[in-house]
Parts: sequence; C-alpha cells; structure tokens
Amino acid sequence: MEMFLRFLSAFAIGGLICMIAQILINKTKMTSARILVIFLSLGVILECFNLFKPIKEFAGCGITIPICGFGSTIVMGAKEGAKIGLFEATTYGLTYVSAGLTAAIFFGFLMSIIFKSHSKRK
Amino acid sequence: MTIKEYKEYVKAHTQKTNEVKTLTLSFIVGGIICTIGQGFLELYKEILPTFDELKIGSLVSVTMIFIGALLTGLGLYDKIGYHAGGGSIVPITGFANSIVAPAMEFNKEGIILGTMAKMFVIAGPIIVSAIVYSVLSGLIFYFIGVI
Repeated sequence: MEMFLRFLSAFAIGGLICMIAQILINKTKMTSARILVIFLSLGVILECFNLFKPIKEFAGCGITIPICGFGSTIVMGAKEGAKIGLFEATTYGLTYVSAGLTAAIFFGFLMSIIFKSHSKRK
Repeated sequence: MTIKEYKEYVKAHTQKTNEVKTLTLSFIVGGIICTIGQGFLELYKEILPTFDELKIGSLVSVTMIFIGALLTGLGLYDKIGYHAGGGSIVPITGFANSIVAPAMEFNKEGIILGTMAKMFVIAGPIIVSAIVYSVLSGLIFYFIGVI
C-alpha cells in the first residue's frame, strides 16, 4: 500500500510538472531547449534554498526524473565541494551528474552509429 | 503583403492546438515516465542493497536515459513526442532524445563534424547552463557557507 502511494505521488507530481511545461509551450511556442533550461533552473533554485529535498521525499521520481532533478544534483555536488575548499567548490558540481551526462553522450553516439535517421524530409 | 496581413495569414494557417487534449496527454505521458522511473528505483533498492541513495539515483537516471536513447533510435520517441509535447520533453528521457535525435540526423555529415559536433545542437544550452550554475553555486556556497 505504501509503495502504491509512492507510485501515485510520482505519477501526480511528474505529470503536473510536464503539464506546466505544456502550458508554457502552448502559450509562448517555446522550443524544447528553452523549456529544458527553464526547468533545470527551477531545480537549481529549489536546491539552493533547500526546498528540493522535502519535495523529493514526497514525490520521489516525480521530481527527480524531470530535468529539475539534474539541476538539483548539480547544486548538491557544489554544496559538497564547498565544504572542502575553493577548488572543489568550483569543480564538484559535476560529480553526481557525471553518470547521467556520460550515459547521455555515450548512448547518443552509440545510437547514431547503430540506427539511421527516421525523420522525414518536409 | 504588409506585416499585419502576414501575421493574420500565419495565424489563420497555423494548426490550432487543442489545449485540453495536449495538457491531458502531457500529464499522463509525463506521469507514466516518472512512474517507470519510480519502478526502477524500487527495483534497484531491492536488488542492490549495498548501493547508497545517490548511486541508486544515478543508476535510475542512466536506465531512463538508455530507454530514451533506444526509443529515439527506433524512431518511437518522436511519435510519443508528437502527441505528448511537454510530457516527453521535460523528463530525463527527453534530454536523451535531444542528444540522440540530432546525432542521428547529422550522421551523414561524417562522424566528427556531423555526429560529434551537432549532437549538442539542443543539449548544448542545457549542459552549458548546468556548468555555469555549478560553478556559481559552488562559489556562493563557499563564500557564504552551506545553508
């Protein structure tokens, strides 16, 4: 039952974030790069003011799977580095996102070699 | 044709987006993607008890990125994206899609100047802004202390 509630809140919050994005797209005709940067910034701001963790405890993957989670994880790393020293403060931001970033670039390269483009010429 | 006439022409000929339908679809698709992520999280917690929370979180991201990249490679993600809009852009699978789609598209221009360079056409702004935020927030937290 508890697990079902976790799934339900992940579905609701994740869906809500995507719906806000869709409202922005409908109203302003923004491109996907801008949408992604806006939601990344949202995650960064939430984490800077320590607001991300309480939401994460409630929503689980509902907030970490959207790109907000990426922004939050960067600030988490930067906070960790800032405790050690100035050099670490500027470089530790990528520690925790390194896995995701590596995966995205590596799989991107791999898929482009395996598959041919599907997009139709218009 | 004046600018005003042109604007009216564009307005008359652009496809009208059905607000309620797109909002509902993006809610459902975005929710489903997050629920799948939650499913992997629960699964990894069960089968990898020695991993800490951050490592499991990274593993879930990697899994979702792989799924997004594979679906883009198979040409299915664009079909989902056509209907779901925001629901397919904002989750991390959309980030993967934004890297894989141009990488495949520009494959024919060669490996180095095509795939490797054009891979970041959409994802570039995200990676650059991420690194800028990382350095700035690190500096702020170093000088004012971690709250």
